Amino acid sequence: MSLWTRVQDVLRGDRLNRELDEEFESHIDEAVAQGRDADEARRAFGSALRQREASRAVRVAGWLDGLRADVIFGWRQLKRNRVTSAAAVLSLALAMGACVSAFRLIDALLLRPLPVMHPERLYGLARHGFDSRNAPNSWDGWAYPDFALMRAAAKGDAELIATSYTDRLDLTYATDEEMEKGYVQYVSGWMFDSLGLKPSLGRLFTEADDRSPGAHPHAVLSYDYWVRRFGRDQKVIGRTLRLGDQIFEIVGVGPESFTGTEPGTVTEIFLPTMMHRWVTRPDADWHRALAIVRPGVAIEPLRAKLQAVSSNFDAERLKGAKGLSRHAYDSFVNYRLSFDAAASGISVMQEDYRRALTWIGVLVGLVLLIACANVANLMTAQSAARAREMALRVSIGAGRARLVQMVMVESALLALGAAALGSVLAWQAAPLVVRLIGTPDNPARLILPADWRVLGFGVALVVGVMLLFGLLPALRASAVKPADALKGGALASGNDPLARRRMMHGMIAAQVAFCFLVVFVAGLFVATFNRLSHKPLGFDASGLLLLESLAPQGKSPAAWAQMGETLRAVPGVAGVAESGWPLMSTGAWNGSIALNGGPPSVDWGYFLTVSPGWFETMKMRMIAGREFRASDAFPGAAVVNETFVRMFLAGAHPNGNFDPVGMTFEKPEGDGTRTRFQVVGVVADAPYRYVREATLPVAFMPYRGVDAKGVEQAQYGGTFLVRATGGDLLALGAELRRKMAQTGAGFRVSNVQTQQGLLDAQTVRERMLAMLGVFFAGVALLLAGLGLYGVLNYSVLQRRREIGIRVAVGARGASIARLVAGSVFTMVTVGVLAGVGLGLGSARYIEALFYQVKASDAGMLMLPSAVILAVVVAATVPAVMRALRVDPAEILRAE
Amino acid sequence: MGLKKTDSLQGSLDLLVLKILSRRPKLHGYAIMTAIKESSGEVLSAEEGSLYPALHRMEEAGWIRAEWVVKESGKRARLYQLSAAGKKQLAAEETRWQVVSSAINRVLREA
Repeated sequence: MSLWTRVQDVLRGDRLNRELDEEFESHIDEAVAQGRDADEARRAFGSALRQREASRAVRVAGWLDGLRADVIFGWRQLKRNRVTSAAAVLSLALAMGACVSAFRLIDALLLRPLPVMHPERLYGLARHGFDSRNAPNSWDGWAYPDFALMRAAAKGDAELIATSYTDRLDLTYATDEEMEKGYVQYVSGWMFDSLGLKPSLGRLFTEADDRSPGAHPHAVLSYDYWVRRFGRDQKVIGRTLRLGDQIFEIVGVGPESFTGTEPGTVTEIFLPTMMHRWVTRPDADWHRALAIVRPGVAIEPLRAKLQAVSSNFDAERLKGAKGLSRHAYDSFVNYRLSFDAAASGISVMQEDYRRALTWIGVLVGLVLLIACANVANLMTAQSAARAREMALRVSIGAGRARLVQMVMVESALLALGAAALGSVLAWQAAPLVVRLIGTPDNPARLILPADWRVLGFGVALVVGVMLLFGLLPALRASAVKPADALKGGALASGNDPLARRRMMHGMIAAQVAFCFLVVFVAGLFVATFNRLSHKPLGFDASGLLLLESLAPQGKSPAAWAQMGETLRAVPGVAGVAESGWPLMSTGAWNGSIALNGGPPSVDWGYFLTVSPGWFETMKMRMIAGREFRASDAFPGAAVVNETFVRMFLAGAHPNGNFDPVGMTFEKPEGDGTRTRFQVVGVVADAPYRYVREATLPVAFMPYRGVDAKGVEQAQYGGTFLVRATGGDLLALGAELRRKMAQTGAGFRVSNVQTQQGLLDAQTVRERMLAMLGVFFAGVALLLAGLGLYGVLNYSVLQRRREIGIRVAVGARGASIARLVAGSVFTMVTVGVLAGVGLGLGSARYIEALFYQVKASDAGMLMLPSAVILAVVVAATVPAVMRALRVDPAEILRAE
Repeated sequence: MGLKKTDSLQGSLDLLVLKILSRRPKLHGYAIMTAIKESSGEVLSAEEGSLYPALHRMEEAGWIRAEWVVKESGKRARLYQLSAAGKKQLAAEETRWQVVSSAINRVLREA
């Protein structure tokens, strides 16, 4: 018989038993038929049961049969303790589901190799230097002419690919009326070929599609976009799309698995780099550079070669440049070029979320440890109740390995049940977190496949968890000494309960320490989010609508103001003003500042053009002077913020008592000229770019630009700032967009946002961390509370006799309560102290995620301690009550 | 599982069962037992308690095959017959028995 039939025999055990019985029965029948007495024949045959066991042992694989019996027995045990089992499975499921979810996110964003040929040979090129304040600074953007030189220099050793930062842009397949958004990435024509990618439809770019600027109006769609936007329409090849004033012809669809080189963003439309408007500019860093290094090529010499080429390029570029401080020049030329492994792509989201996700992973891991400690305690408590059963098994000859197997099978059942439930959770939770990360204008899309990587992690997790919570109780249970256990009940079994209680108490201390860490970190995340979202902004973001608009033929500032007036007439609009771009849209225009013909400043000043009425519409407070008037023009007048006054203007007046209004400053330009501005007003500080950064020195300048002869300059793009009276902002935005298109004045809206939306987009990560932190803190507290309750309950049950006797001899309630809860509180204190140590120790690794929050603040440490104490008290009270209710008469009668 | 291990007692029971089955195929357990008794002139009797485990063990080893047949009474009986491997095993066991028994005889004669 093969092993397989034996395994089958294991599974159909009842049938096998029946068959054996039937054969024995036919033996007896035969004997009777031969004239023997039935009883005598049975006696001669012997015990059918023993016969059956002997034959059975032959017919089935012994250990398999034992395993099967253990599974059934374990299942019955779990069913008997239904509530504890359900609690164990639920808490484990929660923790395991969270773990797998965290793994799916981390894997998809940070670990998974790009689906290209030889991802391990991919490197990203970045530069590391210092910013204007001498803080370390890194940037991975490159100017195309520099890139082209480096590519030529690397020829033979590596192929260099340019990939622009993927942008969400306005485009249309029909008329302006039907604008839509698409994720667009400009890539080198040879990228697809170098990465070994094949088209699903049509063709992909080749080097021939990327030779001369503006000459290759072709587009390749990503497979995902082709399916979602075009429903796999084969006729998509040859269709055209319009982006700004360029028209592109679709030539092909990319491979199914490839979604671009930026995890977190799914590129929808690929365009050749030569079609980018900045492709010839030596001073615009607009794309990344990826290197595919040939096998066997050493990185360092290659790196040094490219470093020399690039530094040389920058030195050459800045040779004639004026208006740069020495420091700024140095920071542009003296940098270190690095090759960073990029097997899993490069994206802003990776950088933003690497640390955050890692910490979510740590929190989740801690919750899992808490859950494991919980289940281990539950199992230990149960195995205490089963000491006699174990003793009996040992005394009838069960080996230790056999007992460990029995308890481990029970653990495996728990772990598998939890895994099944947890995988449902993981299925739902990971996409939910991705949605949390996204913002309405920039939805995050992360491909979250459930493949062998996730499966492998899940299996490893189940095994790990099983060993974590199952092995210790199993070893302990199997170490029972039968003589002790059988001699005199649970209490008489020597020092065993004490050792068991010690282990359970140790688990409690560990649980409390982990729980403290989770609550502590969550508290820091919440405080960070709180500080950020309650930071005084200096303007009123609610009810502010932002219409980013284009005038493709160029319109005069007066025409822009006219369009503003048209929008103001729409019901629901309280005020309209124009600016170059909105505050906090992360765009920046900066340069040095000079006073009275002095040297250019080391620190940058930041600029933004705004129309008359803009400050009023923003509700920004004027501190001195006035807003812009219609007669103010760029260059000429400026409104500066308080930080600007402090950083650039106060230096000229050391005694500190001066009126900035009326002062002048210069803005040194690249060609050596200087533009003069006179301060007409001072406005209160407000974030210019990021809510997290220190307030920048900002000079606002008139939206109305004039040339040297005083002629108004045409504007091609700008943002209408709309203050609404209330109601649905985005509905109003859609209406204004229609209105603008209908007037036919040559304007169109390219993007509708709200100021609040821009603000929220900058705190997405903090919000996610705060939400997940609070969630996991809640779970950790719940689990730790449940665990503590279980252990206390067990110890009261176990010590009922002792308590009864103490009460009988006159112990008072307080001393009984101390007896029950005393050691636990010691453990909790130990745990909290360990947690404080852990928290302070780990805080410096998380600091980058905090905003104006210090881990060593007494408040930040007090809060988790207080919360944990409250949970401990809540978990202790029922057990103490139970101990106080012990009736000595009843106990003594039972003895 | 150590199924091939045969001590002398089991070995001789195996030999007897295999021999009986080589003469008369398709016997049930009781018939094998009586056949051993009869052909040994009532000297040898397979103990009923050890016959079935032995049969199942030999089936496990692949020396004999078993099949269920329905008897006239309507009840089922399990019939055993020799397999090809069983014939080889029988030859081996017989040789071994000859060697062992002649050795024992020689010892007895010298005494």
